[in-house]
Amino acid sequence: MSESQLTQAFVTALGISAEQVTDELTYNEIDAWDSTAHMILIAELEDTFDIMLDTDDIIDMSSVAKAKQILHKYQVNPE
Amino acid sequence: MLQDKVILITGANRGIGLATAQVCIALGATVLLAGRNEVQLELVAEQLGERAIAMCYDLTDETQVKQAFAHIKQHIGHLDGLVNNAGMMHNAPAAMTSLDSLQQQLTLNTVAAFQHIQLASRLMRKPGCGRVVNLCSIVGERGAAGQSAYAASKAALTGITKSLAKELAAQQICVNAVAPGFIDTELHSDFSDKQRENIINTVGLGRMGTPREVADLISFLLSDHAAYITGQIIGIDGGMQL
Ligand SMILES: NC(=O)c1ccc[n+]([C@@H]2O[C@H](COP(=O)([O-])OP(=O)(O)OC[C@H]3O[C@@H](n4cnc5c(N)ncnc54)[C@H](OP(=O)(O)O)[C@@H]3O)[C@@H](O)[C@H]2O)c1
Repeated sequence: MSESQLTQAFVTALGISAEQVTDELTYNEIDAWDSTAHMILIAELEDTFDIMLDTDDIIDMSSVAKAKQILHKYQVNPE
Repeated sequence: MLQDKVILITGANRGIGLATAQVCIALGATVLLAGRNEVQLELVAEQLGERAIAMCYDLTDETQVKQAFAHIKQHIGHLDGLVNNAGMMHNAPAAMTSLDSLQQQLTLNTVAAFQHIQLASRLMRKPGCGRVVNLCSIVGERGAAGQSAYAASKAALTGITKSLAKELAAQQICVNAVAPGFIDTELHSDFSDKQRENIINTVGLGRMGTPREVADLISFLLSDHAAYITGQIIGIDGGMQL
């Protein structure tokens, strides 16, 4: 699992550039990461890492940094 | 009409759920028969053939439902349709309805249905393929004396149907419901002949509906023929006046 896979998932799901995908990027901070895009992002992460996220984790995934933390729980470790 | 579609039906061992499974299989779908009665589900799966798969879990247990969907994701990868059919009805005047009974009906008829849509919609990724059909009721739409708890659980499901139709439209998932009137199943097994007769007298067509008639409507809503229908609660009640 590489950090580039995680970045790519954000890029594909939110339609933003790779440069915008920083740890500090937070949910609802940009128009591209609204609630509809959030579900597309979840689908993308689940497909990329072959996992099924819990509802609580979907709610908690409020930033890129938080996404990394949550993915660790699923034995996914974007380095 | 449902060729190559994968459809999960809750409460598929009898009544409307079983009829829906039969129709979906006949129309070419692969059907996941969900419910709590393992023996009956296995029997139905055996009768329906290799495109019917029994999935036994407690529909009201959050963890078991998650595990069931994780299993679908792992072994099948996607879903095309969900039919939230399992339901229970306790008839009693409000003063004689325990909060426990209200809670049980809400837990199965509303909360379990909600969780199933929540998880199923995430497996409906093929463009244009997502279909959810909920079993609402004429009682939830119009109200009926002696059925306030059941009505509450079904009216809540109507609200879920209309709201999620709007929310999931962005993902091209259609969410509809059928609202049956008086259908000949075990749901009414405790009704006396007199009670049945009284109800049938309120039905314009003068008879109970059959599970197959409801199943035909559900299978239509699951099919590509219904691709432009969403957010609808479609009555199937033979012209019943409540
Ligand atoms: N029949 C009607 O006139 C009518 C009218 C309006 C709406 N509906 C709705 O249509 C749906 C199907 O009803 P039906 O007429 O086919 O009734 P039914 O013959 O009584 O079947 C009900 C189904 O729900 C399942 N179920 C009940 N309680 C359950 C529980 N606690 N956990 C898991 N599964 C449970 C049953 O499984 P078990 O065999 O394991 O109990 C069965 O598969 C229901 O949602 C009902 O409210 C029916």
